[in-house]
Amino acid sequence: MEELLSLFVRAVFIENMALQMFLGMCTFLAVSKKVETAIGLGVAVIVVQTITVPVNNLIFNNLLREGALGWLGLESMSLEFLGYLCYIGVIAAMVQILEMFLDKFVPALYNALGVFLPLITVNCAILGATLFMEQRDYSFVESIAFGSGAGFGWALALVLLAGIREKLKYSDVPDGLRGLGITFITAGLMSLGFMSLGGISL
Amino acid sequence: MAEAKKVVLNPLLDNNPIALQILGVCSALAVTTQLSVTLVMCVALTTVTAFSNMFISLIRHHMPSSIRIIVQMTIIASLVIAVDQFLQAFAYEISKSLSVFVGLIITNCIVMGRAEAFAMKNPPGISFLDGVGNGLGYSLVLIVVASVRELFGSGSLLGYQIMPLVENGGWYQGNGLMLLSPSAFFIIGFFIWWLRSRKTDQVEVRDFRLASHSTSEEAA
Amino acid sequence: MSSRETTKKTLLVALCLCVACSIVVSGTAVILKPRQEANRVLDRNKNILSAAGLYDPATTSDAEVESLFAEFTPRIVNLQTGEFVTDDQLQELGINLATYDQRTVLNDPAFSEAVPADEDIADIKRRVIYPMVYTQQQDGAVSTIVLPINGYGLWGIMYGYLALEADGNTVKGISFYEISETPGLGAEVRNPRWQALWPGKQVYNESGDVALRVVKGLGSGQYQIDGLSGATLTTRGVDNTIQYWLGENGYRPVLENLQSLSGD
Repeated sequence: MEELLSLFVRAVFIENMALQMFLGMCTFLAVSKKVETAIGLGVAVIVVQTITVPVNNLIFNNLLREGALGWLGLESMSLEFLGYLCYIGVIAAMVQILEMFLDKFVPALYNALGVFLPLITVNCAILGATLFMEQRDYSFVESIAFGSGAGFGWALALVLLAGIREKLKYSDVPDGLRGLGITFITAGLMSLGFMSLGGISL
Repeated sequence: MAEAKKVVLNPLLDNNPIALQILGVCSALAVTTQLSVTLVMCVALTTVTAFSNMFISLIRHHMPSSIRIIVQMTIIASLVIAVDQFLQAFAYEISKSLSVFVGLIITNCIVMGRAEAFAMKNPPGISFLDGVGNGLGYSLVLIVVASVRELFGSGSLLGYQIMPLVENGGWYQGNGLMLLSPSAFFIIGFFIWWLRSRKTDQVEVRDFRLASHSTSEEAA
Repeated sequence: MSSRETTKKTLLVALCLCVACSIVVSGTAVILKPRQEANRVLDRNKNILSAAGLYDPATTSDAEVESLFAEFTPRIVNLQTGEFVTDDQLQELGINLATYDQRTVLNDPAFSEAVPADEDIADIKRRVIYPMVYTQQQDGAVSTIVLPINGYGLWGIMYGYLALEADGNTVKGISFYEISETPGLGAEVRNPRWQALWPGKQVYNESGDVALRVVKGLGSGQYQIDGLSGATLTTRGVDNTIQYWLGENGYRPVLENLQSLSGD
């Protein structure tokens, strides 16, 4: 249990998807103008991440990995090269299912998330977490902790950046830097800050 | 012909995918410590964008809108797997240092964004060129960032030592910050500044206008 | 145009797309597989030779790698007993030296075990019980032994090889073939200039403890290797890796049995 908790904390702070791994940057920079929308998107990412990483873990371990199809008599068959295709399929399908589910049962949340749900499919933080899971060989339970941690960390970074940008729009930034330019530099400074967590060993 | 030229050259400075459309930023940060690795990434991305644009444009009239996204994703993912396999077979060292980032081309928003915004509405030939153009626009930013980082971080370009490092008996003390990923944020930020001070139409409008400072007489 | 929204058409398009894409994907994967495998083996062999101090990226050609590597004999050791596994035992275990890959059996309970937390200095969680080591024979006696090592650096587990001389005490060299450390800082563990600090160092002191340390600013005595500047945690990771793998729970018992090989 303690180990899972430390994996979660690692994923949130030390290996933060946005500020340490630099994944999901496009949405991170584009959808961080308002704290409110940032929270909406953040929640959606946490949900999708917590579902897709474990599901992809099951697919990888039970279908794709070398020897996983041993029960079919195909011991030396490795379908690992199909990984990307399967993972992105799972992510796209999960997002679609989540969208339909929310539409039907939780319309309030569905309306709040609005356009952000389909955007999540192309958020590389989601696919990135799955690929890291595969590379580091997490077990099913570990992948749940890692997936939720990765999602939470990304959402945290997004909301933090949105908070800064809300204040930033009142400041007098040179013309060429206004908007995107200063956001890049802000994100760089935030990521420097997060680097100081790098040495913590759990 | 003029149109083709415009489609290829426009994304370089006028409508740059990274600096203006905010597409494909992730890999710009993560794979830019060494110029050689960056160049491979650029070629890989440009190839994938160009061909995915072409294929998607070819079947655009047959694509039911209900499964549009997943069809695009499947085409892109297949192309990326092919590129990944080629890298592993012919450029093993580099494919090792790119690790998961080749796979992440799938979710690189440039590919998806151009497929949706351009290839769905235009014929294959011009879509292919649009893919090449956007790939080049992306490459331009990446090459600038990678050159600065490698030159000032390790004193070399493409692995050739330009400024010999102190560790290796030279005079240049490598700038550690340049080797860390946050520096890429700063370099891109300044690149955008440079670009927008030349192309002033790209400057974003102010949300608020500051009132001028009160003069000392008024304050008194 | 309106016909493209029917269910039949949707299914048809999906089916055609799947077939087309699967042909492309499986085609490239199958055709390029032998080449990729060859690359992987070549890369591993280069790293083994590099640890043994026989490989120079500037001058050694791929063909030379093959002939140099032919001098090395792969052997399986049993970390639980510290003994070299004999050919008969290999058959019993079902290990084929040509295809055995210690990285893929890491999750197979028959070949691997969890490392107890209090012994796990290198933070690797699991280890293979039967790692593959390589020995070089000269005039009937073992002259070099190359040991696979791994340990957690800053971002992930680093995999490499450590080569020792026949006395099981003098370092011949080190190499890392898979790391995810920060490029330019921690990734300098792959810098030949840093690796050149290793040859000639001693591992064990007179009382038989692991005395070899990798620490920044500790000088350059026979037991000390200067750490990497700006990469404290990677340096610590390498240090932990050495402490674990050369210690009592690692290859130490194997190294004591090394002389028994000299007979064959």
